[in-house]
Amino acid sequence: MTSNARRRRNLLIALSFLLPNFLGFLIFTLGPVVFTFGAAFTNWDLQGIEPLRWVGLFNFATLFSDDRFWIYLVNTVYFLLGMPFAIAGSLAVAVLLSTKIRGLVVYRTLLYLPSVTSGVAVMLLWKVLYNPDFGPINHLIETFLSWLGFENAKGPTWLLSTQNLFALAVERLGFDSSQFGLGAREAIILMGLWGAVGGGNMLLYLAALTNVPRELQEAAELDGATRWQNFRNVTWPQLAPTTFFIVVMGFIGGLQGGFEQARVMTGGGPAGTTTTLAYYIYNKAFTEFQMGYASAVALVLFALIFAVTLINWKFGNKELNY
Amino acid sequence: MAAENVKGERARKFAAHVTLWVLAALSLLPFFWMVLTSFKPLAEVESPNPFPTEWHPENYRLVFEQVPFGRYYFNSVFIAAWCTFLVVLTSSMAAYAFSRLQWPGRDHVFRLYLATMMIPGLVTTIPNFSLMVRLHLLDSYQGLIIPAAFSAFGTFMLRQFMMSIHPALDESAEVDGARPWQIFWDIILPLARPGLVTLAIFTFMGNYGSLFWPLIMVKSEALRTLPIGMMYFDSQYGRQTNVLMAASVMNIVPLVVLFVVGQRFFVKGIMLGSVKG
Repeated sequence: MTSNARRRRNLLIALSFLLPNFLGFLIFTLGPVVFTFGAAFTNWDLQGIEPLRWVGLFNFATLFSDDRFWIYLVNTVYFLLGMPFAIAGSLAVAVLLSTKIRGLVVYRTLLYLPSVTSGVAVMLLWKVLYNPDFGPINHLIETFLSWLGFENAKGPTWLLSTQNLFALAVERLGFDSSQFGLGAREAIILMGLWGAVGGGNMLLYLAALTNVPRELQEAAELDGATRWQNFRNVTWPQLAPTTFFIVVMGFIGGLQGGFEQARVMTGGGPAGTTTTLAYYIYNKAFTEFQMGYASAVALVLFALIFAVTLINWKFGNKELNY
Repeated sequence: MAAENVKGERARKFAAHVTLWVLAALSLLPFFWMVLTSFKPLAEVESPNPFPTEWHPENYRLVFEQVPFGRYYFNSVFIAAWCTFLVVLTSSMAAYAFSRLQWPGRDHVFRLYLATMMIPGLVTTIPNFSLMVRLHLLDSYQGLIIPAAFSAFGTFMLRQFMMSIHPALDESAEVDGARPWQIFWDIILPLARPGLVTLAIFTFMGNYGSLFWPLIMVKSEALRTLPIGMMYFDSQYGRQTNVLMAASVMNIVPLVVLFVVGQRFFVKGIMLGSVKG
C-alpha cells in the first residue's frame, strides 16, 4: 500500500469513529454559537410581532443603557463572593483529611453528600429551612438570641429580604444604609457553601495534597519551620496548579450561575435582588420570547467569561512559574 | 521532648476529628430535618420539635395520589439512561479517534472541542430551542434526549483516560491483524472501563437532575421529569410541607445510593476531568 493510500485509509477510519460525536458537536454546539452571534444583531422575537430584521448594535445599546442589566450583573458578581470562602473551606477540610486520619472514607462520604444531591429537591428543602416563621434556621437563631437575653428578637427574613451585607440599594445602583443586613443573597450564598465545601474541589485538593513530596515538608520541619510556615511556604505553592484550576472553573461556572436558585427558590426576587444574568437571559428568551435581545445578553456574558478566563491565565501563569 | 510531641500530635488528631464531626453534622442536619418532616402530620410541620409525635408514613403514598410521581420517576430515569448510553457511546468513539488514531488535523479539532467547553450553555440554548421547534421535537422524548447525547467534556475526559493506556497494546494487536473496530471494542474499551463508568455516573446524575432544558421543552404533563414535577408539586401543594419533603426524599434517594455504590469512580472522575490536556 502506498503511504498516500494508507493515510487516506487512516483518515477514513478516524472519521468513522469521530463522526457521530462531531455531527452532534456541529449541530448542537458550534452551529448554535455561530447562530447566536448573528441573532444578537436582530430583533428576533419568537412571537413574531414584528418582521425579522437586522438591528445592528441596537440590542447592545439598549442593554448597556438598561439599569436592570447592570443591577443583575452586580448580583451575579455578588454571588461570586462565596467562592473564596468555599475554596478556603474545601482546602481546610482536605488538609484535615490528608493527615492520615482514621475514618477518611466515612468523613469524605458524609461531607460529599450535599454536592451529590444538589438540585431542585434540595433547593425546595432549603426554601423551607429558610422560612422565617417556622423554618428551623430561624428557630435556632431565635432560641439563641433569647438565650442571650434578647427576648422576642426576630431572625432575618432570608429569601424574602432585599437586605445584604454591602448595603446595596434596591432596584438601582448605589448604596442604602437601611439595606444592611442578611437577606436573600446571603441565604443563597450560604446554601452554596453548604453544597460546595465538601464537594469536588475538596477531592481535588485532597488528591493534590497526597502528591506534595513528603521530603519537602520534612526538610522544612528540620529547618525549624512552624506548621503554618510549612503550609504557607511549602504546601501552598505546590497546590498552585490545583488552586488555579479551581479558580478558573469557579469563575466560569459562577458567572453563568444562579438560574436554578432563582427559578426554584425566589423567582429572582425580592425586587430582582437574586436575578443573575443567567436568569435574566432565561426570562428574556423563554418567558418574553425576545430571542434577539436574550442572545445579546448571552454574548455579553460569554465575553465576560472569556475576559475573566484570560486574566486568570495571565495572572495564574505568573503564579505557576514561581 | 518526644513525649510532648506525641501528646501534641494526639491533641491535634482529636481536634481534627471534632472539627470533621461538626462539619459532617452540618452537612447532614438538613437531610435529617427533611426525613423527619416527611413523616410528620401536617399540623406538626411548624412545630419547633424536629421529631414527629405521630409517624405518618402515608405521606409517601399521598405524593403518588396527588401527582403522577411514578411517571416523573420513569421519565427522569428513562431520559437520563438514554442520554447516558448515547453520551458514553459517542464520547468513547471520539476519544478513541483523538487519542489512539493518527490523522491530520487531529489536535486542531481537539482544541476546537476544548475551546467550546468555556462557552456558557446559555449561548447555545436559544438556537437549540428554536431548532427543536423547527423539527417539531418540542415536548417530545427525542427533543429531551438527542441534544444531550453529545458531550465535549465526556470526550475530553475519556481521551485523558485512553492516553494513559500503553500504545504498545494496539500496535501489537494491529500486527496480529486486528481491525480498528476490534481494537476499540476488545482492547481499549475494556481497559477504559473505569473511565466509562465514571462518565456514565456523572452523565446520569446530571441529566436526572437537569432543570433548564426540560423546563423549556416540556409542555405536557406526561413528559414531566422529576425536577419539573417537583416544581409543579411545590406550586400546587407547597403548603403541605410534610408531603413535599416526602417527595424530595424520594427524589434524592437514587442519587445517594448511586453515589455510595460508585464512590471510587467519583473520586477518579473528578481527578480526570481536571487534568490538563
